[in-house]
Amino acid sequence: MSKSYFDETHCAIGHPKSTFMQWMLTVDHKRIGLMYAAVMFTFFFIAVSTALLMRFELFAPGQQFIDGDTFNQAFTLHGVIMIFLFIVPGIPAVFGNIVMPLMIGAKDVSFPRLNWFTFWLYIFGSAIAIASLFTDAGFADTGWTFYAPYSLNTGTNVIFTLVAAFVLGMASILTGLNFLVTIHRLRAPGMTFFKMPLFVWGIYATAWIQLLATPVVGITLILAIMEKYFGIGIFDPSKGGDPVLFEHLFWIYSHPAVYLMILPAFGIMSEIIPVFSRREIFGYRTIALSSASIAGIGYLVWGHHLYTSGMADIAKTVFSLLTFFVAIPTGIKFYDWIATMYKGKIVLSTPMLWAMGTIITFAIGGLTGVTIAMIGVDIHLQDTYYTVAHFHYAMLGGVVFLFFAGMHYWFPLVTGKMYDEPKAKIAFYMQFVGFNLLWFPMFIAGFLGMPRRYFDYLPEFQIYHQFSFFGALLFVAGLVFMFWVFYKGWTKGEKVGPNPWHATTLEWHMPTSPPPLENHSKVPYVDFDPYEYHHGEPVVKFDYETMRRID
Amino acid sequence: MAHEYIPEISTDRDGTEHVVQGWQDDFYGGKLGFWLFMFTEVLMFGAMFLVLTYYKMLHPADFVAASASLNRFLGGTNTVILLVSALTMGLSLLKMRAGDVKGAKLMIWATIILALMFLSIKAVEWTAEYNHGVFLGLDALQSGNPHSKPFGEILFFGMYFTMTGIHGFHIIIGIGLMVWLLKRINAGKVSPEHHILHWNIALYWDIVHLIWVFVFPYFYMIGAASGGTGGH
Repeated sequence: MSKSYFDETHCAIGHPKSTFMQWMLTVDHKRIGLMYAAVMFTFFFIAVSTALLMRFELFAPGQQFIDGDTFNQAFTLHGVIMIFLFIVPGIPAVFGNIVMPLMIGAKDVSFPRLNWFTFWLYIFGSAIAIASLFTDAGFADTGWTFYAPYSLNTGTNVIFTLVAAFVLGMASILTGLNFLVTIHRLRAPGMTFFKMPLFVWGIYATAWIQLLATPVVGITLILAIMEKYFGIGIFDPSKGGDPVLFEHLFWIYSHPAVYLMILPAFGIMSEIIPVFSRREIFGYRTIALSSASIAGIGYLVWGHHLYTSGMADIAKTVFSLLTFFVAIPTGIKFYDWIATMYKGKIVLSTPMLWAMGTIITFAIGGLTGVTIAMIGVDIHLQDTYYTVAHFHYAMLGGVVFLFFAGMHYWFPLVTGKMYDEPKAKIAFYMQFVGFNLLWFPMFIAGFLGMPRRYFDYLPEFQIYHQFSFFGALLFVAGLVFMFWVFYKGWTKGEKVGPNPWHATTLEWHMPTSPPPLENHSKVPYVDFDPYEYHHGEPVVKFDYETMRRID
Repeated sequence: MAHEYIPEISTDRDGTEHVVQGWQDDFYGGKLGFWLFMFTEVLMFGAMFLVLTYYKMLHPADFVAASASLNRFLGGTNTVILLVSALTMGLSLLKMRAGDVKGAKLMIWATIILALMFLSIKAVEWTAEYNHGVFLGLDALQSGNPHSKPFGEILFFGMYFTMTGIHGFHIIIGIGLMVWLLKRINAGKVSPEHHILHWNIALYWDIVHLIWVFVFPYFYMIGAASGGTGGH
């Protein structure tokens, strides 16, 4: 049997004999991606449990299980983990690592040892964040945004969380840097930018955001730390500082960061839709360039988080207008995906189900985003459950759903095995129904005035919270079931060949399944478009030994 | 390992051969990566300059008064030292590229010495300021007590110590990098044929002195008219 990347690896330091050390020191992009996935989903489940705890508390008005302070820490923990440990590194660190080099025909990323270092930087940052749970002061209770002046005055351990966010930001920068150089330098001969798969475009746009936006929040967090230690007063109004400045600096990064989350997810969508429609993608260039323009416009819209914080009216108007503009490239993508499906031979496998489910949920998430980009509406809906429902529809129903879609799609690539399709579909329907039941009532509750981050509420909102509660139970059950299906698939699944989905992009043209250590046996020459189908069959075929075209 | 690397060849349908760029031995890629990293440094300091500019607009008089109390003589000397060190670093790279390894090492040593001089002068400056009660965490830079300075001055000194501190931290890292570079040169890993590490460290040193070129006038010179050369 030929060796796969599970059997052998290159290491950052020396040539350790033990399998464990080989994993710890590996520089292989596929192994690093898998380790990211393992760590991230561990944190993901911690954050999901925290969310479930909050749902339990909110089942009825008044205090049930936890008091208000614990509730504050719970939503902060949920937010910090979900944002900084899971969704920001998320798809780039996992699939950007595992799949992107394969897609462009590279042997590894440009700086494999930096990649290894970045992974451990991520672990280090995560450890700091989690460590503050066990200090006397307890975990931060500020919300993941650390708004001044509360974050400067609270007695909880905000400094740990700030340091952690800074370290994780550095890891994010280095990942982006590595991917940018990889995409610029290591594409197989013949692969021009417009012959790259669209997932690579998504990663490319994301990497620029990681590189250009993260330093700003990094230094903002450093300033907040200096302020907390030395009482300089940069953001504290009682010392002459300006808390709105903190909000500006924070959102200069953190708003582009939401596009940083969604762009690689859109990339996954653009991979799945043509493969399971057996049709060339509609409007390749518009999708590729819309990623770039979302990244570009996304820089200039941060002010829409500050409509109620005190900002000049003209600035509000400009930010509102610019925010609307983001909807245009996003809308173009949606039309392109749907046009791709038109007259295609649609195969309703699990990845396609997730992708199509996301078209619904993200459309809701995106369009409700446009409503709260309007200044007048936002004054009413700011900091209500409407906003909470909006960004969960966009983040969970967009990014995470597509992350799951990608997990199903690339599962046979990574493991060489196939999960149980019917069961995976059941898991999808459980989560899809549970998700909508969980979040949709919040739009109504928020519209009627239910504020976010409160651990108590008026009795009239109870019905919405109870719907949400049962939705949450269904969703979490589906989630656990899905991971059980993955586990079963990995341990007992049927072995599949290198290309079970009849896909066209380069990561499916491997000599073995799962792929060998240094990827393709030879680097192919790319003189074809990424998604060429003819009568529902892939056009380009390779001899997997010589990697020369045989069609 | 970079030296034994033989690039792969990929063959297209006409049989034409194309050299494949691997991650090994990618001089241009290494440069691109480091330029991008330098970009993040610029953004990081850029955000701090933004904060500084904003507060200067709010408290112009306090800023000028606080700046007047800084020691322009020492700050100016440091500026000259750093500019000369940028020259020596550049010369070391030129010598390396020209094949003069010994001269390159000499120039790196000169840069290290200048960097240490910079740090020593910085230490003298900060000590003097500390002895005058102007330092992070001391009463004068806390609001709400009898010794506290006005808001604008507290902000000025807060940013001054933060920014020159972070800049100084970059100098320390730079010294570490240069010592490492010397070790790599002695081990033959960095040579006139393979000097990407040298190139990037020179680039790093350039950004460090370039940031100082903005830090110096912004902190020291805005109060020069009223403060004379001396200070704390």
